Amino acid sequence: MLRYANPTRFMQLSTPILPWLGGAALVLLAVGLTLGLSVPPDYQQGETVRVMFLHVPAAWTAMMAYGLMAVASLVGLVWRHPLADSAAKAIAPLGALFTALGLVTGSLWGRPMWGAWWVWDGRLTSFLLLLFLYLGYIALWNAIEDETRAARAAGILALVGAVNLPVIEFSVDWWTTLHQGESILRKGGPLIASVYLWPLFAMALGYTFLFLTLWTMRIQTEILTRRARSLMLAGEL
Amino acid sequence: MSALLLRDIRLAARAGGSAMLALAFFASVATLVPLGVGPDLALLARIAGGVLWIAAVLAALLALDRLFQADFEDGSLDMIALSPLSLESVAAAKIAAHWLTTGLPLALLSPLLAVLFGVKTIAALFVSLLVGTPAVSAIGAVGAGLTMSIRRGGLILPLIVLPLLAPAVIFGAGAAVGSAGALPLLGAFSFAACVLSPFATAAAVRLNLGS
Repeated sequence: MLRYANPTRFMQLSTPILPWLGGAALVLLAVGLTLGLSVPPDYQQGETVRVMFLHVPAAWTAMMAYGLMAVASLVGLVWRHPLADSAAKAIAPLGALFTALGLVTGSLWGRPMWGAWWVWDGRLTSFLLLLFLYLGYIALWNAIEDETRAARAAGILALVGAVNLPVIEFSVDWWTTLHQGESILRKGGPLIASVYLWPLFAMALGYTFLFLTLWTMRIQTEILTRRARSLMLAGEL
Repeated sequence: MSALLLRDIRLAARAGGSAMLALAFFASVATLVPLGVGPDLALLARIAGGVLWIAAVLAALLALDRLFQADFEDGSLDMIALSPLSLESVAAAKIAAHWLTTGLPLALLSPLLAVLFGVKTIAALFVSLLVGTPAVSAIGAVGAGLTMSIRRGGLILPLIVLPLLAPAVIFGAGAAVGSAGALPLLGAFSFAACVLSPFATAAAVRLNLGS
């Protein structure tokens, strides 16, 4: 794997793949949206069930992004590889974006279904905390001027967050079961009819490819920025 | 290690130190709450556990940003790092000193504030703060280590540390009102934080010292 971690090789490999990733994202999202808009409305949720196709994949992608960021940070800390640092740095804004998207779509769904824009439900709260973890990571990275130091500091934070995330999840669940016994807030239930499952899968894959496309583009930008900076420094000397 | 611990405690306890400031901050936040929500004692008694816990966490954060920064700026952290003591032990000593000068006094003051709030479960509140505040010092120390080279590190520190402290506040406020199972969970969280934090904190300090 480390053989492919060379920035030049990464650029060579990723540039031809990028259009395919983007194309796959486009096709899958188009298919998912078409399917999602053509399924019959749910007998309970009505038309608002369609929000799920935007909401659930966003939440999945946001969590996957944090996992990938933690892995990239670990690789960066252990093998001191700048490409892993770039990869971790490139994920954070995307992860924050998908988290925010999940929160906003959830809120838009919650208004007609629960009668409130926001409720202090376990999942909502832990997702809000996830957003803050992302924001803290980005803020820490921006606050330290030295690139390598910033990468390592942010990497430690990402790992501490990754260790703590299951505990946060658990504590928030414990907290909601403590404060509200009734479970009116249960989403949909575990059984989803297969008509809804297909668009959901298509959208989930579409989101994943979209995320991979954007991630690759951001890593490339990061590599090019570093090169431009070192060329500028060489020019000044 | 004990020399370092004593030095930090003395620095915090003397004039201009952080121990008294944290206590005063804790008390003033707790005083502002009744002014904000009204003097209804039944309501205050119900929210007191959460309010005092939040006030305690904020008060502990107040002293955190200088935990390593002060020593980093005047160079004494370099000297400490050169000593035969491992950075992990240094981190543990710093965490212990921070807790002894903020967490412990805050817990000791809490029964008095609990009386003012009309709390029935004073002992539970006191024990929850006693057990839970080490986690605040431990997790906060990681943040303090990460931000020590940033000039306005005190601004970014809460953003980093507060989401990580969510379990402490949840279990702590739960234990303060005597919810079943909250105190063991709080203890477990606090213990795990205290055991793991010195390693993460030492890594953070190490990278900022550039060695």
